[in-house]
Amino acid sequence: MFYREAGDFKTSYAEDNQTFPIKFDRFRYYAVLLVALGIIPFFINDYWANALLIPFLIYAIAAIGLNILTGYCGQVSLGTGGFMAVGAYASYKLMTAFPWMDMVSVTLLAGLITAMVGVAFGLPSLRIKGFYLAVATLAAQFFLVWMFNKVPWFYNYSASGQISAPERTMFGLAVTGPNADAWVRYLFCLFFVFVLAWLARNLTRGSIGRQWMAIRDMDIAAEIIGVNPLKAKLTAFAVSSFFVGIAGGLLFTVYLGAVEVGEAFGITKSFLVLFMIIIGGLGSLFGSFAGAAFMVLLPVVLRNFMTGTLGWESTIATHFEFVIVGGLIMFFLIVEPHGLARLWQLTKEKLRLWPFPH
Amino acid sequence: MNEAIHPPIDPNEGYVTEDGRRIGGVVMEMKHITLRFGGVEAIKDISFDIREGEIRAIIGPNGAGKSSMLNVISGFYNPQEGEVWYKGQIRKPMKPFQVARQGIARTFQNIALFEGMSVLDNVMTGRLNHMKASFLDQGFWWGKAQREEVENREKAEQIIDFLEIQAIRKTPVGRLPYGLKKRVELARALAAEPQILLLDEPMAGMNVEEKEDMSRFILDVNDEFGTTIVLIEHDMGVVMDLSDRVVVMDYGKKIGDGTPDEVRNNQEVIDAYLGVSHD
Repeated sequence: MFYREAGDFKTSYAEDNQTFPIKFDRFRYYAVLLVALGIIPFFINDYWANALLIPFLIYAIAAIGLNILTGYCGQVSLGTGGFMAVGAYASYKLMTAFPWMDMVSVTLLAGLITAMVGVAFGLPSLRIKGFYLAVATLAAQFFLVWMFNKVPWFYNYSASGQISAPERTMFGLAVTGPNADAWVRYLFCLFFVFVLAWLARNLTRGSIGRQWMAIRDMDIAAEIIGVNPLKAKLTAFAVSSFFVGIAGGLLFTVYLGAVEVGEAFGITKSFLVLFMIIIGGLGSLFGSFAGAAFMVLLPVVLRNFMTGTLGWESTIATHFEFVIVGGLIMFFLIVEPHGLARLWQLTKEKLRLWPFPH
Repeated sequence: MNEAIHPPIDPNEGYVTEDGRRIGGVVMEMKHITLRFGGVEAIKDISFDIREGEIRAIIGPNGAGKSSMLNVISGFYNPQEGEVWYKGQIRKPMKPFQVARQGIARTFQNIALFEGMSVLDNVMTGRLNHMKASFLDQGFWWGKAQREEVENREKAEQIIDFLEIQAIRKTPVGRLPYGLKKRVELARALAAEPQILLLDEPMAGMNVEEKEDMSRFILDVNDEFGTTIVLIEHDMGVVMDLSDRVVVMDYGKKIGDGTPDEVRNNQEVIDAYLGVSHD
């Protein structure tokens, strides 16, 4: 009743192929856009931006990136943190070397640089798969973090070994640095999320997306029907790293402002993004958003509940938070391996008939 | 359907069968193929040809090397000795995806569909060699990418109509029963508009009705699209009814080659199937 596809007829293949073929979905999408663009920017404050909205947007980009590689192309990667670090350090070097460059170009270029690094580390995927590939990408993670620590050129020989984002403006408004307003940073991230999600959707619904999924589901059959495995896997690595690099760049420039590589882009970050796509749903763009929202929102809600409502000490709350997040991950892996996206789909199927049983 | 991408071989060659189908010249020729796995010779010095538009069966007892032969044709194995001639040219050793681009498609003995994708996506994946839009075109979904998607969707829908799987086109393949999966796999192979279609035991594990359906589809494909079909099958009734010529293999060797009637009366073939001691 609430969710209907009846009477929604398509008369051309292009119509059938659109992103939201069902009218109800389409209007809900417009409503989300309206809230995100027309309402949130006017009410946003520093707390909401820093605690929830900006990390959600940035991790959504990273989750889409990893989902393209792992969920769509079936190549497990544990190097997400390392690739995010590449994006962050590339942004930093570009910002300091070319102070006149605007932030959109900086971020896009940082993504492209990460894409190239990703392709280089994706080369082993042509020979190895599964766990063995995961270990190879783990090597990328540790190597990249080590490199950004050990080579002073990357952090411009600063004494602390940290990098910090200088202030950059767009249209007269500070986007990075301590003086940037919450709503500007929010809109800047939202712009990237919108464009990149649209790109990801286009890539995954077309020929290249089907090639990725073919490699994921059965690589031998894919090759027999004409998929070039070299090209399919390396494009997946490139696109995935492009997204992850942009997420890393934004995390550094817009969100954190100052970064120490081992702390911000360690192995825990790789696992965090991997958990996002597992909980959200592998091979689903909606799942990337849902997983990012879940993993960003959950600790905040738990902490507020335990320290605020129950009045516990914050250290106890932090430890409980670990336990609960870990337990939920196990719960999802066992009960619903396809994640929140699948739960959402089931809900929609139920809503089609509600309140009737058949 | 095929003419646009595959030029005909030689219009003067060939003959017309009793039921009025036109068989053309030799499109593929295997010359003295030998394939070894370590010390095991899976295929020993086998030669045969495939004519355009015919249904060519490869039969033999289990372990005779039939599937290996099909894998040689589809480029999955490169034989140690011998030559594969395709459209009058020797074929260099190439990767399976390059072979696919030359117009050779196949199905597998154990279904090899993309389980996580819908039937429609599986069939559309079969058409990927006809889709040339660049990476950027696809990312921004403009011009060529969008046009191509619609054009190829039309072709894919024709195949879906042809094989009568309209009702399941948006169903994930993993949910389908075995018989339908076999049909979807045929659809995916056909979607490539191949010149040669290799079918590895298309009727394995089917009941009589499903076998009849599948036989009808194979004949229709051959008749309507003029597709050359190379078929491995264990059901002798089906093989003898469908095929124009039959290659018989046993222990990696070719022991018979000819029309179904010739093969049926060949003493070596009878021995191989009834079991005579090898010494």
